[in-house]
Amino acid sequence: MTTLNKYDKAVADYEPVLGLETHVELGTKTKMFCGCTTVFGAEPNTQTCPVCLGLPGALPVANRTAIESTILIGLALNCRIAEWTRFARKNYFYPDMPKNFQTSQYEEPLCEDGYVDVTVDGKEYRVEIERVHLEEDTGKSLHVGGDTGRIHGATESLLDFNRAGIPLVEIVTKPVPGAGELAPEVARAYVTELRDILRSLNVSDVRMEQGSLRCDVNLSLNKPGDEWGTRTETKNVNSLRSVERAVRYEIRRQSALLDKGEKIHQETRHFHEATGETSDGRSKETATDYRYFPEPDLAVMEPGREWVEELRQRLPELPSKRRARLQGEWGLSDHDMDSVNNAGAVDLIEATIDAGASPSAAFKWWMGELSRRANDAGEELDSMRIGPGEVAELQNMVDEGKLNDKLARQVIDGVLAGEGGPAAVAAERGLEVVSDSGALEKAVDEAIADNPDAAEKIRGGTQAAAGPLIGQVMKATKGQADAKTVRELILNKLS
Amino acid sequence: MSERIIDKTAAELADDIRDGKLTSVEVTQAFLDRIAEVDDTVGAFLTLDAEGALKAAAEVDTALGAGERLSPLAGVPIAVKDLFVTKGLRTTASSKILEDWIPPYDGTIVSRLRQAGLPILGKTNLDEFAMGSSTEYSAFGATKNPWDTDRIPGGSGGGSAAAVSARMAPIALGTDTGGSIRQPGAVTGTFGGKPTYGSNSRYGVVAFSSSLDTPGPVSRNALDGALLNEIISGHDERDSTSIPQDVRPVAEGARTGATGDLDGVTLGVVKEFADGSAQGAEAGVLEAYQAGVEQLIKLGATVKEISVPHFRYALPTYYLIAPSEASSNLARYDSVRYGLRAGDDGKHSLEQVMSLTREAGFGPEVKRRIMLGTYALSAGYIDQFYGQAQKVRTLIKRDFDAAFEQVDALISPTTPFVAFPFGSRTADPYQMYLSDLYTIPSNLYGGPAVSVPTGLSEGMPVGLQVMGPVMRDEVCYRIAAALETTQSPLLADTVPEIEE
Repeated sequence: MTTLNKYDKAVADYEPVLGLETHVELGTKTKMFCGCTTVFGAEPNTQTCPVCLGLPGALPVANRTAIESTILIGLALNCRIAEWTRFARKNYFYPDMPKNFQTSQYEEPLCEDGYVDVTVDGKEYRVEIERVHLEEDTGKSLHVGGDTGRIHGATESLLDFNRAGIPLVEIVTKPVPGAGELAPEVARAYVTELRDILRSLNVSDVRMEQGSLRCDVNLSLNKPGDEWGTRTETKNVNSLRSVERAVRYEIRRQSALLDKGEKIHQETRHFHEATGETSDGRSKETATDYRYFPEPDLAVMEPGREWVEELRQRLPELPSKRRARLQGEWGLSDHDMDSVNNAGAVDLIEATIDAGASPSAAFKWWMGELSRRANDAGEELDSMRIGPGEVAELQNMVDEGKLNDKLARQVIDGVLAGEGGPAAVAAERGLEVVSDSGALEKAVDEAIADNPDAAEKIRGGTQAAAGPLIGQVMKATKGQADAKTVRELILNKLS
Repeated sequence: MSERIIDKTAAELADDIRDGKLTSVEVTQAFLDRIAEVDDTVGAFLTLDAEGALKAAAEVDTALGAGERLSPLAGVPIAVKDLFVTKGLRTTASSKILEDWIPPYDGTIVSRLRQAGLPILGKTNLDEFAMGSSTEYSAFGATKNPWDTDRIPGGSGGGSAAAVSARMAPIALGTDTGGSIRQPGAVTGTFGGKPTYGSNSRYGVVAFSSSLDTPGPVSRNALDGALLNEIISGHDERDSTSIPQDVRPVAEGARTGATGDLDGVTLGVVKEFADGSAQGAEAGVLEAYQAGVEQLIKLGATVKEISVPHFRYALPTYYLIAPSEASSNLARYDSVRYGLRAGDDGKHSLEQVMSLTREAGFGPEVKRRIMLGTYALSAGYIDQFYGQAQKVRTLIKRDFDAAFEQVDALISPTTPFVAFPFGSRTADPYQMYLSDLYTIPSNLYGGPAVSVPTGLSEGMPVGLQVMGPVMRDEVCYRIAAALETTQSPLLADTVPEIEE
């Protein structure tokens, strides 16, 4: 059983240093080095050819769109674009890697030395980018016949090479010190910002759950004033929430080890979504010698300055700038805008406003009720079964007095359960506010008759005494009355 | 002109087919018959495709009958080194690891052959994955030199050279990484042309050393080689190292040379190769070569001695770069997707199956080079070995550039010795490596080079090598074709007696 320190104690005693390596599958129509298509979820091995299968004699040719996308990413991350760059081979044996070397970049990446600024709790952190380079993805192994889907206990391993050769951009940060107790939040904010930037560039669908954005989290701890410690690398962390959890977990685990006087081994670790824990993988002490050398099958690339400038002109409004603009338009405080951003709700709120809701209403739904539900379900906001159009429609019904907040929440239940849009759910579940004034008045009259004492107090000017009467009316109408209207009716009758 | 179909050159056959004197089917059948007659002894072919060849020949005959204009070599059958991937036709690279591999695609050059109407007779033997200088490292047995069946046919393209030399094919495809077209050409009395690197597509050629591999023609004379090269060369967008330029006018070069006039041509004799004795060059080879040089002077060429100081580092440089690239290129043969699989009995781990497969599937020379290359690229050694070799390669390129400011081409013997007896050099890899001493520099440089028969030593053929500047292939063909005019009869027209 792994011993963990309490988080507060760990960050009081040690300074964490972060490092993040993010892999992004580009959304090009064809693969990195051949003309095969890249549709997600196609039948296994239907998107392959001699090149991406690494058949004898086949040769790679670099995808120009992928190079453009990488340069765009580099520009958006404030990087220097290399004037001269080439691919290298990274040699190691793995069954789902067709050539047993990965065509990647090594000493001459396409983009270097950039930065991304993120804001956490009102404080700005600069995450420096070491490099952005381009490589090809590998295939996928499926282990069948066992109970777990893992290799142990499996009777057969199947290989799907549809993904082999899909262009993959790797974005590597320099070590990020100084985040202190906010290291997990900074890590998450960085990956969120990166995701938003990539999305705004339209170079990838950046879907973490489909693996098109994957993150390796490096973390080390040191005593204040000491040299940086030995880092671990937690591989393939697949959601924003997990990035935060993985950092938190490693801080707690490593600090416990250091407290006992043990050494941290440089190793890769696996992250387990279910438990939020990491476990040890291969030790880096026996690390593979990748025998990098320049890829002789591919010509050197020299992105001309003109081309780079032309691409720079193509950069869209970047998320940080756009957020500042939207914050002004929506009138949100820094803190509220931060939480919108951290929740990945900027696009959702903007779309909700575009669909006709007021900024405050859009903010209220997404950051309140819907954030709470996403959190409970362990989901991201944008992967829930409710979208901006539906939220705007819901708010519209509230504004028109057809729904009250309580009913609206029940409508959300229905929408999330896949019963249809808000109007359909309200109709199907009979959730409309009682607007038949005859029925409402009857209920109010009954309530007044049943509670003579309270009625007397109200007549005497004690408006607070209306509570029990309102409660009775709501009960009588099964909650489907608008409380405000009921209150007004009661006060009018008793004044 | 000879009576027998198989004694005609490719150009003659093409003319006869075009003129209706022969059909492609007749011609193809004649070579298939010759293969049936002598290949049991020579062992040039690993796989025959009589059916496919005759079908392709019949199509050419039909097209000609319909008055279609076809390529200059339409209907002329060809032998293809078994390093070229051929759709539906077994491709082994002479390795056990690919013994039963049937490729699902044609490489660019093979496609161009098919489009140009050249029936493919079959696939010829080579040193495993083109690593070797004697074709003794084929996993399927050595090919014999038609001039003396106790001797090697050169390598790695021994099968293609022997097929042409023994009249089993008028022309053949080879690949030249360190001399594998020229060296077998020299020792079997055939013409071998290594084009400028990047002028012939490598797409669909089983990779040995990517920065050196160059596909090219094997033929009886320079003109046939040139005609074949014009069909297969030209830019290929599927090969990123392919030069985006037009096909070199090599046939024109060969025709110009055939006038026997070399006035105004300046040739450089490589000083460092002139005294070949230091590198074990045989006296008889040097004599035949000298005779060739004198013939070239008689034709009007000016000859001067040129120093290329870094040539002496070419061999060690090559033996770092080629194995390094090979170690990576051959990593894909791992039992997972195709080819041999050993140890898959449920008792071995994945790593063990890969390891056992490679142990069983690769021969000694391939293993030696994988080890060399893996070592040369490994952490802590890459700068010292691979990196250093790349720097020397640059110096060798500069030597060539400097030389070509003074001369039109460089000449040397193609090999230091004539074909040696089987087994005489396999025990000492370094002795084997010396076979390519003269051919390797132009691979490191990337320029064109050809080997043309120039005479005999001990009754065995000797080749003269012409090395030209990058993308000036026609210069080499002109000089080679001119040298051919000094021979009567043409050395390559001598049909070796094939003794069992």
